[in-house]
Amino acid sequence: MSTAPALKDWPLWEVFVRSKQGLEHKHCGSLHAADAAQALHMARDVYTRRQEGVSIWVVPSAAITASNPDDKGELFDPAADKIYRHPTFYEIPEEVGHM
Amino acid sequence: MYTQAMDIPDESGKKLAVVPGAASDQEAAFEARIAADGRIEPQDWMPEAYRKTLVRQISQHAHSEIVGMLPEGNWISRAPSLKRKAILIAKVQDEGGHGLYLYSAAETLGTGRDEMLAGLHSGKAKYSSIFNYPTLNWADVGVIGWLVDGAAIMNQIPLCRCSYGPYARAMIRVCKEESFHQRQGYEALLVMMKGTDEQRALVQDAVNRYWWKCLAMFGPPDADSPHSAQGMRWGIKRISNDELRQKFIDATVPQAKVLGVTLPDPDLKWNEERGHYDYGQIDWAEFWNTVEGNGPCNKERLATRVKAHNDGQWVRDAALAYARKQKERQVKEAA
Repeated sequence: MSTAPALKDWPLWEVFVRSKQGLEHKHCGSLHAADAAQALHMARDVYTRRQEGVSIWVVPSAAITASNPDDKGELFDPAADKIYRHPTFYEIPEEVGHM
Repeated sequence: MYTQAMDIPDESGKKLAVVPGAASDQEAAFEARIAADGRIEPQDWMPEAYRKTLVRQISQHAHSEIVGMLPEGNWISRAPSLKRKAILIAKVQDEGGHGLYLYSAAETLGTGRDEMLAGLHSGKAKYSSIFNYPTLNWADVGVIGWLVDGAAIMNQIPLCRCSYGPYARAMIRVCKEESFHQRQGYEALLVMMKGTDEQRALVQDAVNRYWWKCLAMFGPPDADSPHSAQGMRWGIKRISNDELRQKFIDATVPQAKVLGVTLPDPDLKWNEERGHYDYGQIDWAEFWNTVEGNGPCNKERLATRVKAHNDGQWVRDAALAYARKQKERQVKEAA
């Protein structure tokens, strides 16, 4: 998330929380912690005070590789003219019903 | 959670000049996105003044959260029952969490947390002035929940639509938790109002001391608020100081009636024509004097905050030393 220098040497961690069994872990924020165990502990205190989760992942922020915003056009625009990838592209006679 | 200080200039604000000139492609793209009410994310290009405004505002907001833990924290050991103590601990812990969400959002703009904390501790950065007043009796804790958090909610709801993505997302999380703060305060006061005459007098006294300070939390009148216009244009600020203040007053008057307290303003009356309550003159000289550091508790709050930070240094060092040792052990075992 950030390339800013951490609190002296406490590295930055990204926190992902699974809100309930059967759902995916979702990014919910970041925090500084000395190590993974402490990051988990703090994530529990900060992000799950109201039963928001049943499972937590913490990942060192430095371990995340993100796409470059300058490449946005190159990466994502090609999908814009491939509307045949969507079901609504195809006209089906009404008598067929739901398909 | 408390946001008045948002457009209070501090040291960093002095460098804040919007340089006119030929707009670059990047700047045009930024302006177009703002105009379309789109969101700006950390990796996107943004004007330096936008970045600085956000760092100042979000860090002031974060500082307000953690300094806000102090006046209420004073009452944890004095809460009148175990129930009220548990509630107060939960609320103060929330404020710490809100500070963390906000520091994280500010860090995405490239300013380190240690740098922001150093600004707070040196007195360079501002925080909400409301915390520079003392909490004299138990009713103050209720009034802080009802009025201070109530004012903060008014301020923060529009911030959920702020143009800077990480700030808006932090505010959504904060607003979800904030409603508990206001309700617990109001309910604590309701209980006191059903008690003895002495208890009722304590509530009225707390309301009298906090009412005008809460109105000032919305910041200077629009006419005297130079940062506001730019903040509005950038989609950082959505509703003006005066408009929010009016909304807060209109919402609070009926609540005061139910509670059975009077609000200490002889000019407070319904204006049929405007469809709003009229109110008296806020003492801005007193407000600015407190912002400048001369309120009754400025020195005490800052000293407590700095002491807590310094006293915690060995914990931070020890955690780091432990993490390093664990890592070395793992490497050794793997070898």
